[in-house]
Amino acid sequence: MIEQLLNLLNIEIVKVILAAVIMVAVTLLHVAYLTYAERKIIARMQQRLGPNRVGPRGLLQPFADMLKLIFKEDVIPKAVDKPTFWVAPFISLVCAGAGVALIPIWKNFVLSNINVGLLFILALSGLGSYGILLAGWSSNSRYALLGGLREGAQVISYEIAMSLALLSVVLMAGSFNLGDIVNAQLNSPFKIYLIPQIIGFFVFMISAVAECNRTPFDLPEAEQELVAGYFTEYSGMRFALFYLAEYAGMIVMSALAVTCFLGGWAGPFDIPYIPFFWFFLKFYFILFCYIWIRATLPRYRYDQVMGLGWKILIPLGLANVFLTAIFKLIF
Amino acid sequence: MSGWINKLKDQFSSVVLEVQLDKDYPTVICNREGFLDLIKHLKEEKGFTYLIDLCGVDYLNYKHKKFEERFEVVYHLYNLDTKELIRLKVRIKEDDCWHYSVTPLWKTANWFEREVYDMFGIKFEGHPDLRRVLMPEDWEGYPLRKDYPLYLDEEQEWAVYKGLVEKTKMERGK
Amino acid sequence: MSLALEINKKQLNEDSWEEPYFINMGPQHPSTHGVLRLLLQLEGETIVGCDPIIGQLHRGVEKLAENLNYNQAIVLSDRLDYIASAANNIAFALAFEKLMGLKVPRRARLIRTIVCEMARICNHLLWLATHALDIGAMTVFLYCFRDREWLLNIFEKICGARLTHTYVRVGGVRLDFTQEIIDDLYKFTEEFPNRIPDYETLIDINRIWLKRTKNIAVVSAEEAINLGLTGPCLRGSGVPYDVRKFRPYDAYDEVEFIVPTGKNGDTYDRYRVRMEEMRQSNYIIKQCLDKLPETEGEPILAEGAPDLLMPKRLKEPKPMPVPKKGVVFRGADKPIVPVGEAFAAIESPKGELSVYVVSDGSSNPWRLRIRTPSFVHISAIPELTKGHMIADLVAIIGTLDIVLGDSDR
Repeated sequence: MIEQLLNLLNIEIVKVILAAVIMVAVTLLHVAYLTYAERKIIARMQQRLGPNRVGPRGLLQPFADMLKLIFKEDVIPKAVDKPTFWVAPFISLVCAGAGVALIPIWKNFVLSNINVGLLFILALSGLGSYGILLAGWSSNSRYALLGGLREGAQVISYEIAMSLALLSVVLMAGSFNLGDIVNAQLNSPFKIYLIPQIIGFFVFMISAVAECNRTPFDLPEAEQELVAGYFTEYSGMRFALFYLAEYAGMIVMSALAVTCFLGGWAGPFDIPYIPFFWFFLKFYFILFCYIWIRATLPRYRYDQVMGLGWKILIPLGLANVFLTAIFKLIF
Repeated sequence: MSGWINKLKDQFSSVVLEVQLDKDYPTVICNREGFLDLIKHLKEEKGFTYLIDLCGVDYLNYKHKKFEERFEVVYHLYNLDTKELIRLKVRIKEDDCWHYSVTPLWKTANWFEREVYDMFGIKFEGHPDLRRVLMPEDWEGYPLRKDYPLYLDEEQEWAVYKGLVEKTKMERGK
Repeated sequence: MSLALEINKKQLNEDSWEEPYFINMGPQHPSTHGVLRLLLQLEGETIVGCDPIIGQLHRGVEKLAENLNYNQAIVLSDRLDYIASAANNIAFALAFEKLMGLKVPRRARLIRTIVCEMARICNHLLWLATHALDIGAMTVFLYCFRDREWLLNIFEKICGARLTHTYVRVGGVRLDFTQEIIDDLYKFTEEFPNRIPDYETLIDINRIWLKRTKNIAVVSAEEAINLGLTGPCLRGSGVPYDVRKFRPYDAYDEVEFIVPTGKNGDTYDRYRVRMEEMRQSNYIIKQCLDKLPETEGEPILAEGAPDLLMPKRLKEPKPMPVPKKGVVFRGADKPIVPVGEAFAAIESPKGELSVYVVSDGSSNPWRLRIRTPSFVHISAIPELTKGHMIADLVAIIGTLDIVLGDSDR
C-alpha cells in the first residue's frame, strides 16, 4: 500500500501537481498577508493602528475581507459587454500570478525550469495589461475607459525600460533561464549583479513599480482622478480579483528583482534547515520598499509618467545595455 | 473720499440719483441708464478694481420704503490701493425687470449675476450665459422674492421628476 | 448643461463624425470635495471645456434667515463653511452688530480673534490634508488630521461642539474662556510650530509634489482680482489683500502679523502661503492669549445685545409678554433693530466672506446676503483649468479650497 503510494509520488506528474498546489497556496497566502502587511505598515507610518479587530492583532483580517468579498453581490451593470467583462479579471490575475512558477526559490526548488524563463515572465506581465484594457473597454464607463487607456500607454512604455534593464542582466549571465542567472551571479566577482548593474537595478525597480500600478504610478486606478480607474464598475469578487492581480504582480516583480539582481537564494552564510531564508529575506525587503514608497510619495501626472518613461528610463536602460556589452567584450 | 464722490454727482448728473454718506460705507444710488459708464469710470479711473459683491434685494411691502421700484441690485466695490469701499445701488422696476451686465468688466460678476437672476428673476443684458445656478434649470419661480410662497397647501409635482419616474416605469415594464 | 447643448448644436452644424468626449465629474466623486458636479469636455486627457454645476447642497440659507431672528441666523452660518464655522459666526455677528450699533467688549473681541484663528488653522490643516491626498500623498492626510483633532478637542472644551460651534453671539461670545482652555491653547501654540515641518518634509521638496504643483493654474494678479479670488488664492498671486489688515475687525488691529504672499500665482505658491499663514495664525493666538489677562473680569456680551429668549410657538396668538430691554420679538410695531443696512466682511480661511444685511426694524433680517469665497472660487474653475489635464483639475479644486456647503448656501 505505502509502497504503491510512494511509487505514485515518484511519477513526475504527481510531483509537479503537488508542487504547483503548494506554490499556489503559498502565493495566495502571500497575497493575503501582503494586504495585511501593507495596511499594518502604512498604519504605523501614519501613526494609527491598522486592522486589529479580527483575530489577534487583526491577523485574520485578510480572511474576513475575502469572505466579505465572496459573499457580496456581483453587480453587473446593464450596459457592459458581458463576456469581456467577466473574463477580464481572470486574465489579469492569471497573467500576474503565473510568473511565480518560474521563480527559483532555491537551487532545488523551481516549478518549471524552462530555458526562456525571463522572456516568459516579461510576456506574461505584458499580457496582464490586456485584462485591464479589456476591463476598461467593456465596462462602458468613461472613467474606466480612461483608466484602461492610461494602463495601455503606461505598460507599453515601462515594459521597454524593464526589458532593457533585464537584457543587460541576460548579457552578463548569458542565459534566459532564471536558475542559470542566479548561478552566473554566484560565480561573478561581486556575487550579485546589484553592484555592476546598479543602473539596471534602479531602472528595473522603477519600471516594476509602474508595471504593478503602484504609487507613484497608480494612474490607471487613480482614486482621486478616475474614481477607481479601470475597475470602477466592478464589485464583489471580480473587484477582489483585480486586487489579487495587483498584489500577485508585486510578488512576481519582487521575486524577479531578487533573482536577477540580488543573488536569488544565496546569502553570506547558510542557515541550516531553512534553505529559503535568504531568498525570502530579500524578497520581503523589496516588498516593504513598495509599501514604503506608497506611504511616502504623491502621484505623478499622466504625461509626466510618460515623460519619465521615454525620456529618462529608456535612454538609461539603453545606455546600460550598451555599457554592459562593451565591458563584456573587453573582459 | 467724500470729495470726489460729490464730484461724481456733477460728472454723472444723469446717472447718479443720490449720494448717501451717512451710511456705514458711502452709497451711490444710480439710474439704470448710463450705469455701465459710471461703473466703468469707477473701475478704470478711480481704481475700484475689485468687485466684492453683487446682490439683489426685494423691497416688496418694505415698511420704510422711500422709492417705488421693487428691486435693488447692490454692488460693493473696493479700491485695493486707497482701501476705500463704495456701495452702488440700482433700482429695478418689477414690470421692467432687467439690468445691464458687468460681466465684461469683471469675470467674477458672471456667477453673481446668474445668482441674482436665479433668485430674483432680474435679467442681465450682455451676460454671456444667463441661466440658473443654484436652483435646478427647470425651477418655477424666483425663491428669494418676498411673494414666493414659503409653503404650499397642496403638494406640487415636479414635472421633470414625474417624467423621469414614468420613463423608468415604462422601461421596467419592458 | 448648456455647454453640452452648445457643443451638440455645433456638431450638428458641422456634420462632424467626431464625438466630443464628456465626463461628468461628480456630484459623487472622491475629489470634488463634496457635491460639486463638473461637466468636462476632454480631448484625450486635456480639458477643453469645463462647466461647474452647483446647487446640490442648496438649503436656502438666505431665505431661511429672513424668517429667523438675528441670533438664530448665526446658527445657520455654521452650516455654510462647516470646516471653519467659527469664522462664519463672526462674519454674521459683525454685520448684525454694525446694524445695531453694538460695541463689543475687548475680552469678547480677543476671544473671537483666538477662535477665528483656531478655525483658520483647522481649515488650513484640513485643506492641506485633502489637497495632498488629491495629489496622492496619503500620509500627510493623517498627520494633518492628528493635529486638527487637537484643536477640535479644544473647541469642544470651549463651547461643547466640534464642528458647528455657534459660539459667537450678536454682541459677543457665548461662554468665557476658563483657565484650562487657556492652558491648553498655550500648550498648543508652543507645540504646533514644531508640527508644521513634519508636513513640509514630506512634500515641500518632493520632486513629484513640485512637478504636480509648480506652474499649475497660474493666475496673474490682475486676473485674480478680476476673477474675484480672495484669501490665499489671491495672495498667492502676490496681492497682499487681507481684510484683517485692510479693514481690521475684532482685535486684529491690536496684534502683529505678516501677510504672506507668493510670486508666481501657481498652486505651489498658494500652498506656501497657506503654510505660512498657519504659522502667523499661531502667532496671533499667542499674542491674544497674552493680552487676555488684562481683560479679566470684563463682560463677554455687549450692552444691549439681543436676547436669545424666543416666544414659544402657540397655536392661537396670545398677548405677548412685555419685552425686556434688548429682547427681540418678531413682528413688533416699534423697530427693535435700527432700520437700515450694514455690510461686514471678514477674512475667512478660504477668502473674503462678506455679509450684507438689510433690516426693516423687526427682529428678523429683511434680507441677508452672504458672499462666500467658495462660490466665487468655483466660478473661476473654468478659467483656471483651460488646457490642463484631469489630474491638474483635481489639484486645482484642491488649491482653491472649496467647500460646497459654503458655495451652495
